[in-house]
Amino acid sequence: MGNFLFGPFTDNEFLRQSLYAGILVSAICAVAGTFVVLRGLAFAGDALAHGVVPGVAAALLFGFSGVLGAAIGAGVMMSGVSVVTRRYRLSGDTAIGLLFVGMLALGVIIQSRSSSFAGDLTNILFGELLGVSNSDLMWQFVALVAVCVVAWLCRRPFLLLSVDDGLTETSGFSVKKYHNIMLAMVALTVVASFQTVGTLLVLGLLIAPAATGALFARRIGIMMVVAAVVGIFSTYVGLLVSYHANVAAGASIVFCSVLVFTACAVVVEVQRWQAHRKDIHHDHDQPHVHGHVHVS
Amino acid sequence: MSARIEATGLAVGYGHRPIVEGLNFSLQPGELLVLIGTNGSGKSTLLKTLAGLVAAQGGSVNVLGAAPGTQHSLVGYLPQHPVSSHTLPLRVEDVVAMGRYAHLGLTRRARAQDHRIVQESMERTGAIAYKSRPLRDLSGGQQQRTHLAQVLARRADVLLLDEPTAGLDLVGRQAVAELVEQERARGVVVVMATHELSDADTADMVMLLAQRVVSQGPPASALNDAALRECFGFTQPH
Repeated sequence: MGNFLFGPFTDNEFLRQSLYAGILVSAICAVAGTFVVLRGLAFAGDALAHGVVPGVAAALLFGFSGVLGAAIGAGVMMSGVSVVTRRYRLSGDTAIGLLFVGMLALGVIIQSRSSSFAGDLTNILFGELLGVSNSDLMWQFVALVAVCVVAWLCRRPFLLLSVDDGLTETSGFSVKKYHNIMLAMVALTVVASFQTVGTLLVLGLLIAPAATGALFARRIGIMMVVAAVVGIFSTYVGLLVSYHANVAAGASIVFCSVLVFTACAVVVEVQRWQAHRKDIHHDHDQPHVHGHVHVS
Repeated sequence: MSARIEATGLAVGYGHRPIVEGLNFSLQPGELLVLIGTNGSGKSTLLKTLAGLVAAQGGSVNVLGAAPGTQHSLVGYLPQHPVSSHTLPLRVEDVVAMGRYAHLGLTRRARAQDHRIVQESMERTGAIAYKSRPLRDLSGGQQQRTHLAQVLARRADVLLLDEPTAGLDLVGRQAVAELVEQERARGVVVVMATHELSDADTADMVMLLAQRVVSQGPPASALNDAALRECFGFTQPH
C-alpha cells in the first residue's frame, strides 16, 4: 500500500518535480482564487486563462519565453476588456466574452502555423505537468511570494470589493484601481500556473478549492488555507491516479478538486438537513408562546 | 455656525440625465434631513451624490466644506440593501471592523481604540449578540443591524443612510430612530432616505421627492395632504 501511495514519487524524479509544481500552483491559486470566488470573477479568470493562448502560441512559434508570451497575452486581454467596457458602455461580461473568443481564436490561428500544431496546442491547453524544470519551480515560487504580498497589502480594499463597490469607494479605496490590481493578481496566477495544468484547466484550480473553502470557512484566511489544502490534496491524488491509470495528469488534478468540492457540498447539505430536522423537533417539544414581539 | 452640507441648484442623476434638479438645502451640525418618495424618485441618487459615488449633474454641493467623496473618514454611507454574498466567509465583527478601514487606510494597524469603537458600535445596534456568527447565516434584520454598526464604527460627522429601517421590525425601527437621535446629539448631520412617513417625525427638514422636489420644509408643513397625494396618491390618516 505504501509503495502504491508513495512509490511513484520516491522512484521518479520527474513526478516529484510535478508534485512540487502542483503544490506551488495550488498555493498561488488558493490565494488568488479566494478573491476570484468572493468578487465573482470566475468568467474574467476564465477569459484571462484563454487570453494567454495567443501569447504562448507566438512564443512557441517565434522562440521566445512562454511566460513572457503569456504575460503579454494576459495584458492585452485585460486592456481590451477595460477599453471595450469603458468606451462602448458594454457590460463587463459582454466585453470579456468578446475578447475571450477573439484571443482563443487568434491563439489557434497562430498555432496552426506551427509544424507540430496538435501537440503544441494540447500542451498549451492542458499543460506539461510531467516536464517541469527547476527554473519553472523557481519562477512559480517567485509568483507565489508576489501574489501573497499583493493579497496582504491590498487585503482591506479586496475585502471591501467582495462586499460592495459603494462601500469600497466611500472608504477611500478606488474601485477601479483595486479591481485592476485584483485582475493583475489573477493574471499573474494564470501565467504562473498554465505550464502545470494548462490554460483550459487552470480555472479549475482557481475556483474549485476556493469554493470548497467558502463552504466551511468563517474567515477569509481560513478559506485560503482550506483552498490550499484541497488544491495540494487534489494535486497528490491526481498525480497518483495519472501514474497508475496512465491518464492525463493536469486533468486528473482538476477533476479531483471538483470531486472534493462535490463531496464537501454533499456533507454541508446533510449537515443543514440534520440541523433543520433538529429545529423541527425542538419546536415540537416547546410549548407555544403567543403574543411575543419578534426581534430580528 | 458653518453648514456641514450645502447644496445650491443641485441636479442629480446618471449619465447626463438628471433625475431631480434644483435642490437647495443647507444642514447644520446635528440636523436631520429625511428624504421621502417612491422608488425611482431620486432619493438614493441624491445620497450617492452626497457620498461622492455619482457626479453632480449641475449646481453646486459641498460636504464638510469640500467636494463630495473627498473626506472618507468623516462621512459614513449605508447603501440600500447592502450585498451579503452567500459565499462571503465573514463574521459580524469582521464586517463591523470594515467601518474603520477609512481611518486605517491600506497599511495602518488597528489599535485598541479602533477595537473599542467596533465593540461599542455592535453594542449600540445589538449586533454584539451574534458577533461571532457568519454574516451569511443571519436574518435580513440582523444583517441590517450589522451594516448599521459598520457605518457607526466610522465615527463620521455626516451619516448618509439609505433606507436604514428596511427589513427591521417595529423594535428594530425604534432602535434605529434612537441611534439617529444619539448621533445628532453629538453633532452629526444625518441624511436619511426612507419610505416610512413616521421616520420623518423628528426631522429638521423633510424633502418629498417624485423626480422633482414636491415639497420641502419641517415635517408638519412638508407632509401636507396635497404633497402626499401628488407623491403617493394618498393622504396621511389624521
